[in-house]
Amino acid sequence: MSSDTSDVAKLGALREGYKYGFVTDIDSDSAPPGLNDDTVRYISAKKHEPQWLLDWRLDAFHHWQTMENPHWAKLRVAPIDYQAATYYSAPKRANAPKSLDEVDPEILQTYEKLGIPLHERAALAGVAVDAVFDSVSVATTFKKTLGDLGIIFCSFGEAVREHPELVRKYLGSVVPQGDNFFAALNSAVFSDGSFVYVPKGLRCPMELSTYFRINAAKTGQFERTLIVADQGSYVSYLEGCTAPQRDENQLHAAVVELVALEDAQIKYSTVQNWYPGDAEGKGGIYNFVTKRGACRGARAKISWTQVETGSAITWKYPSCILEGDDSVGEFYSVAITNNYQQADTGTKMIHLGKNTRSTIISKGISAGRGQNTYRGLVRMQPKAQNARNYTQCDSLLIGDKCGAHTVPYIETRNPTARVEHEATTSKISDDQLFYCQSRGLSKEDALSLIVNGFCKAVLKELPMEFAVEAQKLLAVSLEGSVG
Amino acid sequence: MLEIKNLHARIADGREILKGVDLEVKAGAVHAIMGPNGSGKSTLAGVLTGKPGYEVTQGQVLYQGSDLLALAPDARARAGVFLAFQYPVEIPGVNNMYFLRAALNATRKQRGEPELDAGQFLKAVRAKLKLLEIGEDLLQRGVNVGFSGGEKKRNEIFQMAMLEPKLAILDETDSGLDIDALQTVAKGINALRGPERAVLLITHYQRLLEHVVPDRIHVLAGGRIVKSGGKELAAELEKTGYAAFGDAA
Repeated sequence: MSSDTSDVAKLGALREGYKYGFVTDIDSDSAPPGLNDDTVRYISAKKHEPQWLLDWRLDAFHHWQTMENPHWAKLRVAPIDYQAATYYSAPKRANAPKSLDEVDPEILQTYEKLGIPLHERAALAGVAVDAVFDSVSVATTFKKTLGDLGIIFCSFGEAVREHPELVRKYLGSVVPQGDNFFAALNSAVFSDGSFVYVPKGLRCPMELSTYFRINAAKTGQFERTLIVADQGSYVSYLEGCTAPQRDENQLHAAVVELVALEDAQIKYSTVQNWYPGDAEGKGGIYNFVTKRGACRGARAKISWTQVETGSAITWKYPSCILEGDDSVGEFYSVAITNNYQQADTGTKMIHLGKNTRSTIISKGISAGRGQNTYRGLVRMQPKAQNARNYTQCDSLLIGDKCGAHTVPYIETRNPTARVEHEATTSKISDDQLFYCQSRGLSKEDALSLIVNGFCKAVLKELPMEFAVEAQKLLAVSLEGSVG
Repeated sequence: MLEIKNLHARIADGREILKGVDLEVKAGAVHAIMGPNGSGKSTLAGVLTGKPGYEVTQGQVLYQGSDLLALAPDARARAGVFLAFQYPVEIPGVNNMYFLRAALNATRKQRGEPELDAGQFLKAVRAKLKLLEIGEDLLQRGVNVGFSGGEKKRNEIFQMAMLEPKLAILDETDSGLDIDALQTVAKGINALRGPERAVLLITHYQRLLEHVVPDRIHVLAGGRIVKSGGKELAAELEKTGYAAFGDAA
């Protein structure tokens, strides 16, 4: 049977509508388009920032001006006009609402539509939510409950005002201002984001969660997240993202820094569902994100889990720097590219300490004309005695016009270190689909079942509620990829 | 139950495999289709269940009086048509039990019956497992992943027992089975027999027919049914082979 007539290859690829593509009609307060010293000053002034932070931003900006867009990823990126974008947009009434009652009802409705319960009924779910709308954080729930325990969970802007010593100590300590082109841009113009600090020995009793939403047109979103887990503490953090459906590409360049001190654990989960563009590849978010965690103390552990279904282009490598002896880094990833989506994603595991261990499980799924690249670095430094890494990269192809690529970099400077790498590529076969159908499952259900099976090792790392959402999202993302 | 009239079908390269098959199977009956390799047995099973890659060029198939070929494969399954595969495919990461429950509930939904929850499902499963001498560990493994040949075939019969189809088509279910497994599989098929159901056994050898005694036996050769008879036909074929049925043998 020729593959052209096969069911799997019939790529109508019409997305049954991106559910989150609506636009909320609110007045916003925006910076004039363009990027120069004044833009940076404007943002900093809007946020009433101290001088040190403005200087920090300007340093980053001047560094950025000397840098070039990176070209090493396997991505085709249309040239980005950084002078045409708007770097700050805030809903007008939302400047620091004191309680949920003060949040613009239009925004609350938006989150309602997205299925994010901002009201205290979130209590049922045991999830504390920080919601970032365009550039500013509009509401943080459960602040008091957490505050009583000594846990700080607030918008980045608020952290700068209320906890400047913590922010100053850790900001840029994992991802320096000039780390890379997009991180430098973010450092210059970042608007808001979340800040978390968990004190010594404390286990954060609920999942902390941030939902990011880009609403305004021609606006980039540059949020900055900083999570610090003090000695022996534990925190699980979830992040979700959506954006309206627009014809032009929008830029999202975030930076996330995690710091885990001795015996601390951070679990960071992402379900990324930015608008992916339409079936012809028009529009969609450019998702250029720098995420990195440092295990600063012995036996610290950082675990990244990501489900990447959205964005026109994803460029993202959540990484771990394993400084402390016996520290552990984990990276679990599912990335889907359908239609004309492109993803170049993976991780870096930098082993510095003795007996450090890392695990990488990556599942790439390509459908339509999607291109999916796993790019990962495992580096064993000279002092990383007995360090170990296990990497497994699996690619699944749906149809015959998509692509999957695996680019592992392995550098070992310690003879006692051990690195294992396994990779597979498989194709969903017509036989598998037919087998499921012959048991009464519709073709869509069959595809979703097979894909979820393929991703199981990653999905089981997600917190329960997120896992259910992710499973549904996988099915939606692949809609139209079989005939 | 099933009426096949002058069925012609070809594969993608244009070769005609079925060249006018006529067959009627009534409710309550077990029919065996025998024939040499390449005679079109598996094609017939594929066409009846809607496997992609075949094109019906002529003729019709009625199932319970309506046009079976007009239905998508999953709709046929939910209407009560079941195929036990000759080579069941592996689906990694999908728990065998989860798969079966999804399948069963899809069918129940179609019939307007309530879906089974995990507890009810497990109860139903245990009864059938015992009948087919299948260990519970098989349920927790990925669908057909790492199953031995015998386990795969038992799993097919187990699925059939759970789904309780009206028309069961078994494609070479006996191939590759040792005698113990063959007897277990036969037990599963016999348990399904009843006045409401029909079974189509496709086999190359007569040994399964010693355990599942058919009401009728048909010989398929060169894309047509060339001979039909009672159960005694099996023994005759065993003696003479398929050579008597011409160049297709």
